[in-house]
Amino acid sequence: MRAVTTANELKKVVIEPVTRIEGHGKVTLLLNAKGRVEQARLHVVEFRGFERFVQGRPYWEVPVLVERLCGICPVSHHLAAAKAVDVIVGAPKLTATAEKMRRLMHYGQMYQSHALHFFHLVSPDLLFGFDADPAVRNVIGVAQKHPDLAVQGVMMRKWGQEIIKATAGKKIHGTGAIPGGINKNLSIEERDVLAKDADKMLEWAVAALELCKKYTRDHLGELASFGSFPSNHLSIIRADGAMDLYDGGLRAIDADGKKIFDHVAPSDYLKVIREEVRPWSYMKFPFITDLGPEKGWYRVGPLARINTCDFIDTPIAEKERSELMALGKGKPINITMAYHWARMIELVHSAEKIKQLLGDKDLQGTELVKKGTRQAEGVGIVEAPGHAVPPLPRQRPGSGGDGQPHRLHHEQQRAHEPGHPEGRGRVLRRQAGDRGAAESHRDRDPGL
Amino acid sequence: MSKPKIATASLAGCFGCHMSVLDIDDRILKLIELVDFDKSPIDDIKKFSARCAVGLIEGGCCNEENVHVLRDFRRNCDVLIALGDCATMGGIPAMRNGIPLRECLEEAYLKGPTVYNPSGTFPNDPELPLVLDRVYPLHEVVKVDISLPGCPPPADAIWDAMVALLGGKPIDLKYGLLRYD
Repeated sequence: MRAVTTANELKKVVIEPVTRIEGHGKVTLLLNAKGRVEQARLHVVEFRGFERFVQGRPYWEVPVLVERLCGICPVSHHLAAAKAVDVIVGAPKLTATAEKMRRLMHYGQMYQSHALHFFHLVSPDLLFGFDADPAVRNVIGVAQKHPDLAVQGVMMRKWGQEIIKATAGKKIHGTGAIPGGINKNLSIEERDVLAKDADKMLEWAVAALELCKKYTRDHLGELASFGSFPSNHLSIIRADGAMDLYDGGLRAIDADGKKIFDHVAPSDYLKVIREEVRPWSYMKFPFITDLGPEKGWYRVGPLARINTCDFIDTPIAEKERSELMALGKGKPINITMAYHWARMIELVHSAEKIKQLLGDKDLQGTELVKKGTRQAEGVGIVEAPGHAVPPLPRQRPGSGGDGQPHRLHHEQQRAHEPGHPEGRGRVLRRQAGDRGAAESHRDRDPGL
Repeated sequence: MSKPKIATASLAGCFGCHMSVLDIDDRILKLIELVDFDKSPIDDIKKFSARCAVGLIEGGCCNEENVHVLRDFRRNCDVLIALGDCATMGGIPAMRNGIPLRECLEEAYLKGPTVYNPSGTFPNDPELPLVLDRVYPLHEVVKVDISLPGCPPPADAIWDAMVALLGGKPIDLKYGLLRYD
C-alpha cells in the first residue's frame, strides 16, 4: 500500500497488487482532508483481447481457447463455450450421459473452487483476524497453525480437481466437452475412486459451512455494515425456480426482491444486458439494459444465486438456504460478507449433487455425442463459482461486428466472448467516475 | 540456517499454473518445510522482503506493468523459472500478436455486441498500465534460467523440478512430464 497527495489535495492510497484474489487488480482510494473516502476504484489492469482473436478460428476450438481466460474456473468457460457450439451443431439438448458428465465436471469445479476460496484465501482472515501480520495471514500460516484444517482444505480441493480430471481429462484446461456432447463417460473404476470419499467430502463441506456460519453470526454487528450496500442480483435459474448452476434462463431481482426479468432465454441475453466501458478499468461494467448503467448494475456469484432462487433441490443445502434467508426477513441479503456463508451452502449443494450423480448409471452410458441441423448462431451461459456474469460465448457468423447473423460457411464463422469480469463476485460499481478525455490508446514496446 | 525463499507472480496468465502448484496437494506441506514464501499472490507480501532463491513466473508480458514486475523478479531472484506455456512462449494470449492491437481494443470496447460506450474511447486512465504492442515471452525481456512448459505444467513436473533445484541436483523430468498442451 502506498499513499501520495494528488494535485487537488486529495490523498491517494494505492493497493497494488490486490493479493489473495483470482485475477489481476489494483485498488485506488482518494481521501479528503478529513480522511474520508471520496472515491474508491477497483482497476482490472489486464487486457487480453480474446474477443477479437477467437474470431476466425474453427468453432470447435472455442471451448479449449476461452477456458484459458481463467485457470481457476476453466470449466465454466469451457462449458459456456461448449453450450454455444452445441447450438451451432444443432444439438442444444444433449444425451443424458453427456449432460450428466458435464454437470459432474461443473459441480466438481464448484466444489474445488469454493474449497480453495474458503480455505486458501478467506480462512486466514477468519482465523487470524483482518489485522494479523501479513507474514502469517495466509494459507501457509494456516498450514502451520491449524494443520488439520489446512489438510482438509487441500484434500477437498483435490477431490474436486480429481472429478474434473475424470470428466474433462485434465485438472486444469481440460478437453471433455465437445460440440454436441462429451468425449468420454465415467468408468466404474473412476466412479468408485471418487465415490469412496463422497460422504467424507459432504461432511467436511457441512463442517466448513458451520465454521463460516458461526463466524458470521458471532460478528454480525460489524459484518452487516462492512462493505454492504443494496443491489440488484442476477443468475440463471431452472424453469421451476430451483438453483441450477449449469443451465437455465436469466433471472434478475432488485434489492427488495422484486423481479426485474425472469426466465430470459440465453439467446435473448442481448435484450437485457449491456456492458459499459469506463476509462479506469479494462473490465467492462455489466448492467441491466432497461435500468441503465447507473442503476442497472447487479451482484452475481453465490450470494446472488442464493437470493434469486426459489429453492435448492438438495436437502441439506435447502435447509441451510432457508436459515440464511431468514436473516433478510423475506428480502434478499445485501450483506457483502454473507457471500462466504452463501458460498459454503453451494459447497454443500455441490457435494450433494456429486454424490447423486456418482450413483447414476447414465454416467456409464455410451451415447456421448448428438448432431442436428447446423445453426448460424449459438449462445451459452453457465454460472461460474464466484465471479460475475457467466461467460457468454457466442458463435457469430458475419464480418460486420454488428451482431447481426449472416449466412456464411462454417469455416467463416466467428466466435465471440463478450467481457469476462475478473475478480471474485465483486461488482464494485459505486463510483460513477469521471469519463476520461478522448485519447487514442497508447502502445509500447517493453524495450522502451 | 534460514530456509531459502521463493516468490511467485502471474503476469499475462490465467492463474492456472499457480493452480497446478496447488495441485501438488498435500506435498505443499512438505514444500513449506523446505522454503519460505515471499512475494506471491497467495499471501499478502506485495514487495520483496529479501533475496529469493527461486522466482516462479506464470504468463508472458502483455503490459508495461508485467515488464516491471518481471525485471523486479530478475533482480531479486537467483533462479528465474518461466512456468508454463505463456511464460515460455506467450501462449494463448499471444494469439493477438498477429492482429493489430487497435483491432483487439476496438472489438472489446467499441464493436462488441454488448458494448455501451457513448464516449467512444478506450479505457485510458493513468492508473491502467499501458498495453504492449504484442505479448512477449519472458526470455525476450530478461534472462530466464529454467523453462517448464505445459498449459499448465503438470503438478508432478513442478514438484520434481523444485525438489531437484532445492536439493542442488540437476532437473531431469520424466518424458511424460514435459509437454506442450
